Amino acid sequence: MVLRVTDMGVARGGVPVLEGVSLALGPGEALVLRGPNGIGKTTLLRTVAGLQPALGGEVEAAPESLVYAGHADGIKAALTVVENLHFWAQVFGTKDISRALETFRLGPLTNRQAGALSAGQKRRLGLARLLVTGRSVWLLDEPTVSLDTDAVAMFAGAVRAHLAAGGAALIATHIDLRLSEARILDLAPYRAAPLAVEDFDGVFL
Amino acid sequence: MIALLTRDMRLAVRAGGGFGLGLAFFLIVVVLVPFGVGPQSALLSRIAPGMLWLGALLACLLSLDRIFALDHEDGSLDLLATSPLPMEGIVVVKAFAHWLTTGLPLVLAAPVLGVLLNLPGPGFGWLVLSLVLGTPALSVIGTFGAALTVGLKRGGLLLSLLVLPLYVPTLIFGAEVARRGAEGLAVTTPLALLAGITCGTIALLPFASAAVLKVNLR
Repeated sequence: MVLRVTDMGVARGGVPVLEGVSLALGPGEALVLRGPNGIGKTTLLRTVAGLQPALGGEVEAAPESLVYAGHADGIKAALTVVENLHFWAQVFGTKDISRALETFRLGPLTNRQAGALSAGQKRRLGLARLLVTGRSVWLLDEPTVSLDTDAVAMFAGAVRAHLAAGGAALIATHIDLRLSEARILDLAPYRAAPLAVEDFDGVFL
Repeated sequence: MIALLTRDMRLAVRAGGGFGLGLAFFLIVVVLVPFGVGPQSALLSRIAPGMLWLGALLACLLSLDRIFALDHEDGSLDLLATSPLPMEGIVVVKAFAHWLTTGLPLVLAAPVLGVLLNLPGPGFGWLVLSLVLGTPALSVIGTFGAALTVGLKRGGLLLSLLVLPLYVPTLIFGAEVARRGAEGLAVTTPLALLAGITCGTIALLPFASAAVLKVNLR
C-alpha cells in the first residue's frame, strides 16, 4: 500500500462534511473521487495532503511521497515556464524538467512568461509540476479544468505513465478521463450526518 | 530554500514586483520633511535621526502585505506547505527576502537622505549601524503580521494595526542610537537593546509565524 486512509472524517469551515471514509491505493492504482458539488472532495484531498487536520481517522503514507495539486496552479506570472518548473524542481530536490516539458508539450513555450499563457496552457504547466516533484502519490483536485480534449488525453497519458512506473493517483473529477484502470469511489454515502442541536456552540469553539 | 530566496528576489525585481516601492516612499517622505518644517537647519538636524527612522519604518510597513498574500492568491503557498521545506524555513526565507528587497535598500539610501535633513557628521555611521541592526527586526515582525492576516481580503489595515505596536520598541531604540550618535553621546545601552530585540525576534517569531500560517491555510 502506498496510501491508506482509515475511517477519516473531514470538516470544511468547522462543519463536518464527510465521515468514515476509508480507501487504499497500491502501486500502479488510481482512484477517482466522485460526488456532487460541496460533498467534500477538495476538503478530503487537502486533509490527506496534510493542509488541514482531520476530524478523525488516519492517513498512512510513506514520508514525503504525497504531492498535492489544487484548483490554483501556483504559477508566478512574472517568471517564464522554465523558471517556474525549475523552481519546483529545486524545492523538491530534483533536476530534470525535460520530461515534464515533453509530456505536456510545453516545449514551444519554454521562454514565454507564464502570465502570457492561456488558461489551458497554465493548467498544463501546473500539471507538469507533478512530474518534476518525483513524488509517487498524486493528489489531484479537478485536474482537467480548462483543458481541451487533446490536453485531457495528454493528461490521461501522463497519469497512465505514472501508474505504469509504480505511482498512484487520487483524483477528484467530474469528467470521464478514459482511464480504464481507475477505480471509482462515490463519496455520497459518506456524507456526514447533520449536527445535533446541542452541538451547535461546539462548532464555533 | 535557496531556490525560494532566488525566486522571491527575481519576482521582486521583475515587473509588478515590490522592489523600489519602499525606497520610493522613503525618498518622498524625507524629501518632503524639509519643505514642511521650513528652512531651519538647526531644527532639521535635531529631528533628522527620528525622521529618518520613522520614514524607514513606514516604508517597510508599506510592502508587508505582499509577503504572503501573492503566494496565497495563486496557490503557491498551499503547494509550498506540502513541499519538503519546513514551514519555519519558508517563513525565515520570506522574511530575509523582504529584508533584502526593502530593508537593505533603505539602509543604503539613509546616509544620502541624511544630507537632505542636515544630519550632523558623527551621526551618519550610527544611523547606518542602527538601521542595519533594526530593519531585520522590522522584516521578521512584519512577516509575523503578514502570516496572521494571510487569508483576509484587504487585510492591509489590520496588518498595520497589528504590527505597529510591535514596531515601537525597535523604533524607540533605533532612533535613540541615531540621535545619541548624532549628538556625540554614549550609545552602548540603546544599541545593545536594539540588537537584543532583533536577535530575540529572529530567534522566536519564525516559529510563531509558521504556526499561524498553518492555521490560516486550513
